[in-house]
Amino acid sequence: MQSRTIFWMIFTLVILLLVLAAALLSLTTGEASISLADIIPVLKEKEGMEYFILTEIRMPRIILAFAVGGALSLSGAILQGIFRNPLVEPYTLGISGGAAFGVALTIVTGMHFTIGMFMLPLSGFFGAMATILLVSLLGFLRGGTDIHKMLLIGVMISFVASSSMMFLMSVTTAENLHGIIFWIMGSLDEPNRLLIRITLFSSLAGLAISYLFARPLNALLLGEDKAGHLGINSRHTIRILFLVASLLTGICVSVAGVIGFVGLVIPHLIRLIAGSDYRFLLIGSFLGGSFFLILSDVIARTIISPNELPIGVITGMAGGVLFIIVLNKFRNRKQHGG
Amino acid sequence: MVADYLKIDKLCCGYGRSFNLKDVSVSLKQGVFAGIIGPNGSGKTTLFKGISGVLKAKSGKILLQNVDLGKLKLGEKARRVAVVSQFPDAADITVEDYVLLGRLPYRQSFQFFESARDRVIARKYMQLTGVFRHAKKLMSQLSGGEQQLAAIAQALTQEPELLLMDEPTSHLDITHQVQILNLIQRLNRETNLTVLMIIHDLNLAAEYCDFLIMMNNGDVHTMGAPLDVLNYKNIEDVYNTVVVTQNNPLSGKPAIFLVSEKVLKEVQERYKRSE
Repeated sequence: MQSRTIFWMIFTLVILLLVLAAALLSLTTGEASISLADIIPVLKEKEGMEYFILTEIRMPRIILAFAVGGALSLSGAILQGIFRNPLVEPYTLGISGGAAFGVALTIVTGMHFTIGMFMLPLSGFFGAMATILLVSLLGFLRGGTDIHKMLLIGVMISFVASSSMMFLMSVTTAENLHGIIFWIMGSLDEPNRLLIRITLFSSLAGLAISYLFARPLNALLLGEDKAGHLGINSRHTIRILFLVASLLTGICVSVAGVIGFVGLVIPHLIRLIAGSDYRFLLIGSFLGGSFFLILSDVIARTIISPNELPIGVITGMAGGVLFIIVLNKFRNRKQHGG
Repeated sequence: MVADYLKIDKLCCGYGRSFNLKDVSVSLKQGVFAGIIGPNGSGKTTLFKGISGVLKAKSGKILLQNVDLGKLKLGEKARRVAVVSQFPDAADITVEDYVLLGRLPYRQSFQFFESARDRVIARKYMQLTGVFRHAKKLMSQLSGGEQQLAAIAQALTQEPELLLMDEPTSHLDITHQVQILNLIQRLNRETNLTVLMIIHDLNLAAEYCDFLIMMNNGDVHTMGAPLDVLNYKNIEDVYNTVVVTQNNPLSGKPAIFLVSEKVLKEVQERYKRSE
């Protein structure tokens, strides 16, 4: 077997263990501390306060963090590949802006009282879908796939959406304003089991589908024309992957709000450590994102306990600092012939 | 030998209304080493992009052994035709991975990793082109000439029957120019690989190609053997430049000499005085 394949397998195993460790840490820490040894007895008991905390509060959060972190990071890796631009992340294309606008509109018009708790995620999802539809329609118009045009359109839509949202925020009541800001900052506090299941299922499905395109993505690294000469239908590949990545982002944003930085930083970190071969990058990014978000969530809910920080604060700060450190280390090593 | 291995039939393609080929027709025999020459803006690259499929044909067609290239599946096409572009790919992937991408057209569905056979073939062509010692280096760490050699290794790894190259020797020193063209010539002779390349350097074109297509204003000006195409009349007509041609003493192929304005005037004056 290739030495690189072995390295990939070991690396995958290590991140998997890290994910598991983070999950256990998340299970045991919180307002009510439950020790590692107690977890299994408590789960066997199937009743009591601690059982409720584990299964109803902490586990759903871990699963959601796993799914959202993985999906956002995966989307980032995919989009950076098809746009051949390292600065693209899931929110660059205005998907988060569209979702946030949808939610803001719902809150301002008071519609979220009508259908109940599904209304906010649903309106976020509709906002995200409207954005994706707009970007695809304008970008894929007349049979072309001008990815640079698509990128610019996405950025512009993002501006329009956030300005519209700010307009709504400036004319609405303080109470609504609070609701909007709270939603935008993002949270993994999602009580609905169905939504968590949908998110988990779609993120895993997204990983499976995009993995089928791992080798075409490697070829796209050389540009659309070259990929075409290697027998890859570039347009087809880009369209499918664009839809996968934006659907995943749309789902994540509507369930958990705008959790920034995961989709930008994690794929880069994995690339720095293990190279840009998509056969590993896709899996590595997914698991890396999961690990990062589960850990960030633990920090977010313990650092100013009993209160909870918005998780976006942690991901942004920790992600940014971590990235600068790693970048410096690796760049230095490269320069010294490492 | 089939008479019309590659048959370009009244091909028109181009960029919107600004520039289009004027229904170009060309026929190539199998195993030929052909070159496309012509001044900047004459349609060399447009013709090349039309054949490689980057530009869609607006009318006319390209037949490879009587099969319409435009209707061939991309994977099937990539197993028969390989393309080396003008600018080498300086991506952040290792030379080995880069060359292995040439096996993509042969992958089965759900095949995520290269087979042992794929690796053997890639290794063979890396050794042949001399980039094997750089196998673990990044493409971006190679020099321009080495990147071009790696690009050729990748194209050969596709095991094509037709190799299209867009100025494979531009911006290279003469060592690399001759190294690359000798390699292509050898493959052309030994494996019956048909080669069609754009080449700017008329002397290299004359020395290596056995069939030349001279383009001018989006149309074929002349085509045929180098001796028939590269005479001073054709060159002065197409390039608007005064040249002197003579034959290479060793190969007998035409060699083209440029004449500077100063020398040209001196010659003209001498000519007048003698009259």
